[in-house]
Amino acid sequence: MSKILITLNVNGRSHEIACEPNTLLLDCLRQDLGLTGSKRACDDSSCGACTVQIDGVPMLSCALLAVSCQGQRITTIEGVAEHGSLSALQKAYSDWGGSQCGYCTPGFMMTVNALLSETPDPTDEQIGAALSSNLCRCTGYVQMIQAIKAAIRAEQEGRAAKRT
Amino acid sequence: MSDFSVIGKRTAMVDSSGKATGLGKYTDDFSVPGMLIGKILHSPYPHARIKKIDASRALALDGVVAVVTGSDAPNKYGILPVGHDETALAVEKVRYVGDNVACVAAISESIAEKALELIDVEYEPMQAYFDPEDSMKATTDLIHPEKPGNVEKDYHHVFGDPDQGFAESDVVIEGRYIANEVTHAAMEPHCTLASFEIDSITGHPGRLTVWSSTQVPYYLQHKLSIVLDMPMSQIRVIKPLVGGGFGAKSEIIPLEIIAAVAARKAQAPVKITYTREEVFWAHRGRPRTIVDLKTGVKKDGSIRAVAARVVQDGGAYCSYGVVTILYSGALLGALYDIPNIRYDGYRVLTNKPACGAMRGHGTVNVRFAFESQLDEAAARIGMDPAAIRNRNLLKPPCLTVNNLRVRSYGLPECIEKVVTGSRWAERKGKLPRGRGLGIACSHYVSGAANSIIRSDMPHSTVNIKVDRDGGVVIYTGASDIGQGSDTMVAQVAAEVLGCSMARIRVIAADTDLTPVDIGSYSSRVTFMNGNATLRAAQAAKKLIAEAVAKRMNCSPEDLIFSGDKVWKKGAAEESAVAAVAAPTVSGHVDGQILRGSVQQKRKDEGVKERMSFEEAVVTAMDIQGTLTGVGSYAPPPDARGGKHKGGGVGPSPAYSYSAQVADVSVDEETGEVTVHKIWAAHDCGRALNPVAVEGQVIGSVWMGLGQALQEEMVWKHGLLMNPSLLEYRSASGVESPDIECYIVESIDPEGPFGAKEASEGSLAAAIPAVANAIFDAVGIRLRESPFTPERVLAALRSKKAGAKKLQLTRNFDPENPGSFREHGGSLCFKGKGPVRHALDPAMVRPGTTADSAEEMGGAD
Repeated sequence: MSKILITLNVNGRSHEIACEPNTLLLDCLRQDLGLTGSKRACDDSSCGACTVQIDGVPMLSCALLAVSCQGQRITTIEGVAEHGSLSALQKAYSDWGGSQCGYCTPGFMMTVNALLSETPDPTDEQIGAALSSNLCRCTGYVQMIQAIKAAIRAEQEGRAAKRT
Repeated sequence: MSDFSVIGKRTAMVDSSGKATGLGKYTDDFSVPGMLIGKILHSPYPHARIKKIDASRALALDGVVAVVTGSDAPNKYGILPVGHDETALAVEKVRYVGDNVACVAAISESIAEKALELIDVEYEPMQAYFDPEDSMKATTDLIHPEKPGNVEKDYHHVFGDPDQGFAESDVVIEGRYIANEVTHAAMEPHCTLASFEIDSITGHPGRLTVWSSTQVPYYLQHKLSIVLDMPMSQIRVIKPLVGGGFGAKSEIIPLEIIAAVAARKAQAPVKITYTREEVFWAHRGRPRTIVDLKTGVKKDGSIRAVAARVVQDGGAYCSYGVVTILYSGALLGALYDIPNIRYDGYRVLTNKPACGAMRGHGTVNVRFAFESQLDEAAARIGMDPAAIRNRNLLKPPCLTVNNLRVRSYGLPECIEKVVTGSRWAERKGKLPRGRGLGIACSHYVSGAANSIIRSDMPHSTVNIKVDRDGGVVIYTGASDIGQGSDTMVAQVAAEVLGCSMARIRVIAADTDLTPVDIGSYSSRVTFMNGNATLRAAQAAKKLIAEAVAKRMNCSPEDLIFSGDKVWKKGAAEESAVAAVAAPTVSGHVDGQILRGSVQQKRKDEGVKERMSFEEAVVTAMDIQGTLTGVGSYAPPPDARGGKHKGGGVGPSPAYSYSAQVADVSVDEETGEVTVHKIWAAHDCGRALNPVAVEGQVIGSVWMGLGQALQEEMVWKHGLLMNPSLLEYRSASGVESPDIECYIVESIDPEGPFGAKEASEGSLAAAIPAVANAIFDAVGIRLRESPFTPERVLAALRSKKAGAKKLQLTRNFDPENPGSFREHGGSLCFKGKGPVRHALDPAMVRPGTTADSAEEMGGAD
């Protein structure tokens, strides 16, 4: 299949990429742009490790064609840190054991990040519903939920998430 | 107040920011110039001779660089020295659906995939065996000709006098328990990148570098050396971040060797990443297990004897099988005081993917049977299930009847914590029908006292380098797979040296840089590598202390190292004040490597009473030249177990303990079991990092709940029916209950700062805790896991007079399981199903008949 030239806006920067029309966004990000934070884990769009945000909406980059994302704002895990430091959510994940092996973490970050920008003070049910799109095999989700709640508190109090 | 300044504190993992930002690199995130992609051709037959492989059409495809087959690397290997029965790619025959036949190295994944279809393989199907009890009767078409009756290994142990023990028991209970097969399904699929470099002296390909998602880089180096006929010193194995292991990466997975073989033939770097389906085929998970268990108790609740006959469906290769079957017997001991034990274990070969080590290796399925039967025994003698467990506690320090040494034993406190936390006394037996509480206990080793490859070598070694800048670099072979070993070694070294975590840098699991550690498995890392780190840090501290003592005119023992400071005992209060007043007393000396020493001398003429860590380091370097510390750990001889055959597996320098209470409800209409909450107490010795301990305990319980409720590998004629995360039904956050973790600290006399295992011991108790809670809720005793709605409903219906029996598959009775069934009895396939492909093993297997309607689906 011959390649075509596309332009993708990723984390606020425009990239011209030559790729085959059937290239998945995930492969394009990982192989062409070297943004390896988004992970491939399940091959059947069930685990959420490849989640990115398209115009702020969490979507599975393994189920999108790169060509179809032109003209949209793509945010990957590499675009989440704030001012060169960890965002409150990222810091809370570190402090509360939200990630262990960390392979699912970027996907969860993109999902939860989108939840919190839509719903800054979600209920337990809303957090649960959001998390159901992603799988983790290490944590049993308990510490992850603690981390998310700590991050919400920290944001509300305008401080960095800190375990007291 | 804690006497420690670093350990015991909730500490973020040292690598957590890389994980939270996506900048941390896992194996699949690496690529090197000229790298090819490898794809593996798998067998469609469960058991077949390979008559011919013709790769000429594949090689002719543009973009294909090399095709490798079994003859390119025929040397046999296996993780156990007694189990060298694998080859990288099949030689002569294939032994399971998914066995590795050939590998294509091509310039892109899509070309490699296309090339796989162009490899012509001619097979001659053979009789295949899927049921371990059938397989044991085999006389022809043996899976490995040197294993008669397809029995990989059997062990028969008698400790004490079981016959006498049963004779003096008031109640003897017997039953068959079946635990179906589960797999690790770590989020990161296996991946290996192999690259040769050209030797400058000879001008020929020389050293091999392998990046791999492995828990055991040094074993990988060893096996690569065997298969490739290369000296180990010419092979470098690097373990980047690993996305979960749970045992799946604790042995050599074929792709790790295949990538190297392909790289050699293609004369270019090759990366192979498994698809999720291939991960399921690679498997090495927990085998389907039949446990025929007999327990004798007296009326006072004391256990007099236990007899277990265990048959494990090991799959087509030995893998860790010999160890698994031994653990199943050995770890009947060391939890409770059982004076008489009989154990008969059979590890059986079948034509399915090999089973291996999975979290809670060997103990889990037997523990499910034992803790369920103990619950039955308690009910028969009218004793509270928590009380019967308290009745049978060990009295450490002691040796169990099968020669396991127990020194620290937090089980009583674990039971107390969960009984209190769950309000057991108030609620047990008083909940409405459909809701119940169940209790169970478990334990695990803190590393095996005897390594796989028998030798007198230490199991862990660590080097520490302290430099003029006051930085501390730890070189450790420990493999962090997400459990936090890098953080653990940093904490231990910081605690000993009295410095802050910020000074510490951990270089881990790179066979060129780091000294040997045998790997991350059997929960050995904190205990063994932690001890080696402790000793290395103490050695470095000794050098610093000797030099500083000279300067301070005191003996090294009078020095205190803490909070990035060193001071003379007695000067403590004063320095604490001074530290607040002048926090940067070393000021610009920090990090000024060249002028530091000179300035230091000028500034600090005369006797001092306190110094910053940098000053202390510079002082020591002026005298010592270099500052390094080395440490190693080998388990002591008295912890290495008995002399009986197979006695080497099971002994550990220390055991962790766990007790759990499950609160469940059972929907009698749908058969659905909902776990509301688990209270889990785990005795991990000293908790070096409580946030990591809780994470490991909760994660273990959660994984146990998966096996208890829904996870199961479903087979049909050797073909895995559910090779994906969705069909395997890994629980999401919505289906996962709250798990409350209590840390119990029985300080172990030998662990680093008293620490023991935390990552595996809690898994096993979750399954029987749920089973016992289901019994409490609705009065059915499920003896086959997982407790899926189908099984629960079938058991409920069989109890109900006049109700239509639920016949999902032939002879289905989850309260009294007979043998394994195709489908596992869980998934219900009605009707004829889809049209089968001509190569489907069900179509070509000799003697296969169409399934009867009864077998195919429910009559409900």
